[in-house]
Amino acid sequence: MTRTAPKSIFSAELIVPAIGDAFRKLDPRQLIRNPVMFVTAVVAALLTILLVIGNDPLSFGFKLQLVIWLWLTVLFGTFAEALAEGRGKAQAASLRATKAELTAKRLKGKGSDYESVPASALRVDDIVLVQTGDLIPSDGDVVAGVASVNESAITGESAPVIREAGGDRSAVTAGTRVISDEIRVRVTVNPGQGFLDRMIALVEGAERQKTPNEIALTILLVGLTIIFLIAVATIPGFASYAGGAIPIAILAALLITLIPTTIAALLSAIGIAGMDRLVRFNVLAKSGRAVEAAGDIDTLLLDKTGTITIGDRQASEFRTVGGTKVEALAEAALLASLADETPEGRSIVVLAREQFGVKVADLPKGAEIIPFTAQTRISGIRHNGSIIQKGAVDSVLKANPGVGETAAATELRRITDEIARQGGTPLAVAMDGKLLGAIFLKDIVKAGIRERFAELRAMGIRTVMITGDNPLTAASIAAEAGVDDFLAQATPEDKLVLIRKEQEGGKLVAMCGDGTNDAPALAQADVGVSMNTGTQAAREAGNMVDLDSDPTKLIEVVGLGKQLLMTRGALTTFSVANDVAKYFAIIPAMFIVLYPGLAVLNVMGLKTPESAILSAIIFNALIIPLLVPLALKGVKYRPMGAGPLLARNLAVYGLGGLVAPFIGIKLIDVVVNGLGLA
Amino acid sequence: MTIQGWILIFVFVGILLALAKPVGLWLFTLYEGRRTPLHAVLGPVERGFYKLAGINPDEDQSWRRYAVHMLLFNAVLLVFTYAILRLQGILPLNPLGYAGVSDHLAFNTATSFTTNTNWQSYGGESTMSNLSQMLGLTIHNFLSAATGIALAFALFRGFARREAKAIGNFWADVTRVTLYLLLPICIVYALVLIANGVPQTMAGSVDVTTLEGVKQTLALGPVASQEAIKMLGTNGGGFFNANSAHPFENPNAFTNLIQMLSIFVIGTGLTYCFGKAVGNTRQGWAILTAMMILFLAGVTITYWQEAAGNPILHQLGVAGGNMEGKEVRFGIAASALFAVVTTAASCGAVNAMHDSFTALGGMIPLFNMQLGEIVIGGVGAGIYGFLLFAILAVFVAGLMVGRTPEYVGKKIEGREVKLAVLAIAILPLIILGFTALSSVLDAGLAGPLNKGPHGFSEILYAFTSGVANNGSAFAGLTANTPYYNALLGIAMWLGRFFIIVPMLAIAGSLAAKKHHAESAGSFPTTGGLWVGLLVGIILILGGLTFLPSLALGPIADHLAMIRGQLY
Repeated sequence: MTRTAPKSIFSAELIVPAIGDAFRKLDPRQLIRNPVMFVTAVVAALLTILLVIGNDPLSFGFKLQLVIWLWLTVLFGTFAEALAEGRGKAQAASLRATKAELTAKRLKGKGSDYESVPASALRVDDIVLVQTGDLIPSDGDVVAGVASVNESAITGESAPVIREAGGDRSAVTAGTRVISDEIRVRVTVNPGQGFLDRMIALVEGAERQKTPNEIALTILLVGLTIIFLIAVATIPGFASYAGGAIPIAILAALLITLIPTTIAALLSAIGIAGMDRLVRFNVLAKSGRAVEAAGDIDTLLLDKTGTITIGDRQASEFRTVGGTKVEALAEAALLASLADETPEGRSIVVLAREQFGVKVADLPKGAEIIPFTAQTRISGIRHNGSIIQKGAVDSVLKANPGVGETAAATELRRITDEIARQGGTPLAVAMDGKLLGAIFLKDIVKAGIRERFAELRAMGIRTVMITGDNPLTAASIAAEAGVDDFLAQATPEDKLVLIRKEQEGGKLVAMCGDGTNDAPALAQADVGVSMNTGTQAAREAGNMVDLDSDPTKLIEVVGLGKQLLMTRGALTTFSVANDVAKYFAIIPAMFIVLYPGLAVLNVMGLKTPESAILSAIIFNALIIPLLVPLALKGVKYRPMGAGPLLARNLAVYGLGGLVAPFIGIKLIDVVVNGLGLA
Repeated sequence: MTIQGWILIFVFVGILLALAKPVGLWLFTLYEGRRTPLHAVLGPVERGFYKLAGINPDEDQSWRRYAVHMLLFNAVLLVFTYAILRLQGILPLNPLGYAGVSDHLAFNTATSFTTNTNWQSYGGESTMSNLSQMLGLTIHNFLSAATGIALAFALFRGFARREAKAIGNFWADVTRVTLYLLLPICIVYALVLIANGVPQTMAGSVDVTTLEGVKQTLALGPVASQEAIKMLGTNGGGFFNANSAHPFENPNAFTNLIQMLSIFVIGTGLTYCFGKAVGNTRQGWAILTAMMILFLAGVTITYWQEAAGNPILHQLGVAGGNMEGKEVRFGIAASALFAVVTTAASCGAVNAMHDSFTALGGMIPLFNMQLGEIVIGGVGAGIYGFLLFAILAVFVAGLMVGRTPEYVGKKIEGREVKLAVLAIAILPLIILGFTALSSVLDAGLAGPLNKGPHGFSEILYAFTSGVANNGSAFAGLTANTPYYNALLGIAMWLGRFFIIVPMLAIAGSLAAKKHHAESAGSFPTTGGLWVGLLVGIILILGGLTFLPSLALGPIADHLAMIRGQLY
């Protein structure tokens, strides 16, 4: 399940290259993507020039320190971004290496003649042959054969998976290895558009597009920068009225502390780290937009099997009809199930042995197995001249036309309804044309899932269970699991209709699916997570792919989306709230020469005007690296309603953002004066 | 501070809150274009106007069309008033025979009244003919107010409509608001004022012999009718230079109270109307609560400072609060309350001289305007300005609940943020920019009568009042110069329409969006947390920008006073 042990953010392995990258990112062409940091860099450059040619009453040492801290502010920002990208880069390098060695056996026509070509020469609809030990050269669909494939290169999971033509397990991914048998694969993507390419681009963050939310936030930050630029640029005019002049270095310091450098420096790191968390969680999002949308989800459509219940039903009870002894039913059921290797079959054997002490250990000699077929939907055994049948109730009744009108059949139907109402699935057992009773196969609701749904409800997310079961069974399981609603006997079309209906009501919907017939619903959903084991069509339709093919993850994906947005919001609020203290540090220091009375605004009691300005600018710079861990790990996310969540985050990041700089700047001032820096 | 003073303040707030719902419901009826009892009488008049102008009131306009029609309407009115003022010397109804107004003053005044500012660089009774007052100026008192309310309706529709292309019909909105809201109230209101002694006559003046036996000429005119809409429409342009401090405009404590109430009443009603429009009146109450917190904080500071008075005078043996520039018939509490009301709203009528307030007492009116007059605010303008801040507040903090920010069911995205920032940035740009300019240019420095920080406050106040479309004057600034008339005229125009156009674009963009159903996971925009957040964001984003200017003006002034220096 896990790829590689996640490297700590602060391992030297990641930090050292990030320092180099931090300097490379000073390239103005890159820097301009982040307008606030660009302004900071321009101001830093301007002050650097003024340091040499400037003519003002400030001491050189003071100005030099200002310049250094301004450049550090910029560098801390580029460093944060470089650090966030670091983990992805290492992964991208290994994926690239895999990609480079891919070659294909392209078939020439219907036979098995092939030519060896590099994978980059393949085009859509080419058919390639992949034999034992070969790497699959391109994404595609298996058109012939069945093979076990090791997909660890992509998923990190080393247990092989079966890939076969037809059905819902036909999709194969470039870079994975066939470890037995051979398959023919129809290529479904042109070079450069495959899963591997997408994954490389994603983990590397090279062509990272800003997400809609990030763009909006950048606009706000630019807007704030402009407003504060106006506020600072007009000060010289005001000062001239008061009969004084303010040195440019001090105006620059005020500007940089006021503009939202903290959030601007960390913004892209937050986005990259958010995507990286998803990747480490083995989910690939095709766009950042999808991750954000995950945070907005109102309705989750969850498949019952594998998500809400553990995949397999368990036999939990034998119910007899027509006066049959329960031991007899247990023994018959056991015999009929001995050859049944499905989990349900095995659970019947276990129940019969443990509860009723049925001693039959192994398949009796001379017994003949009746295999399960899709037509009869019955399996069983011929043994000692008897025939035992086990299967769906309707099928068993159909296979024994004589019993249809008997009292036992009526009783069986009653038991069947009862089992369904209790959320179970009944299997009928008959022996030599006589009904013995039914086996109660119970759906086992996953431990803890009820609490998860309660959390989701508190977050305002509605859960809808999708199942092929009849409404009675579905209602019972829904009640037990605590979902808000269910869709019984669901066809893919029903899912699509449900999604559209929810969306018309102003809701955002997430679902997961794997089959080709899930594709329309996956495409319609706002967040569609397709299972990696699914078909190519499903993988194309969804906007995320879960490499572990674990439908439960949909819930975590929503959490990750929310965490990403929360981290941005928290740091924005923190950054804006910081401004109050910075004003109180710099305004009195700046204007004290004009009106000495303004010293009362120096509420922090900062020692000298120089040390006040220096302390504010140092705080402004240092807060960036201090918040890097928070930006990269994300703020702590607890599932709860928006009201309490807002109250909590406002207290921590709003109020905290208001108070922290007062303390921080004061402490720095003490240190600055202690060291005699100003 | 006295018990009576606080009783006045709480009676004022109590009546106001009681009026919010009934006025809001009346506004909501007009917002929806539904029939009112007044339609029986005025319905034919309304339809007559449409017919005359060839307007189809049912035509739904896109935000662009709405904006263009609104701008054209205002531009035509501006030119019309400019012409009347320039030509008043040859036009009728000019009993005192005033000459035409100078070009820069005419531009300034026409802009001022068109933008609902009513900044007056002139003394009304000594400059304007009755025709100029009634036709050139009072017309704007109605139409600029109606325009403001219409624009608020347009924005409400943006929030309320779902996947819609249009935001209403400008002409229908303006006509309905004028006919069914402003006109009827003003008729009753003017009669009440007349009953209290406010003159309403076509006579120019009357000569009287005073108790001291001196002959005095008292200017008269159609005062009551102008007074009513001056307050109700948050216009503020007085008939007389002394404005509501003049006994003919505002004779007694009772008229003073209803004048203050009439400034706030429509703005308060609009918060309720907003709640109704978006289908949840708690949304409206939340906004009103945030406004009231900011308002009461302002009143408290101003009242406290004015009541505390001037320590330098105290040392000289003059006890008590600051009565300089205040009318004895109103006293400190009623003057302080009036000053905060008139600047919180975009009215600008004054019953005392703000210039003579203590430094901090006078800073609150200034700060109210710098926030963009969103505390109740000008009719319509207050609530749309406030909603711009609400959009920003939702965006800054909304992400913290882990969802794309949304407000009353509409997602707030890049486009809305961009437009809201654009609209809000115009305030600091013009206020601070023009003040800085005037602080260095000789033409600007010639304006203030006082030296030091107080003189700086005078310049700052003038531009703040202009951009915020308030129109109150700090006094002490000689503004009837080509420089100030031109610059203030530009400031008023930009301050009105450079906020309105982005605001209408937001309305259009929001109207086109889907409505997003509210759930336990939605950002809560009702309740105490939201109110607190709004107040915080408004103070930080709206207020901090002006801290340097306030530090060099009123704050330095105040600190100097404590140290024994007056300017």
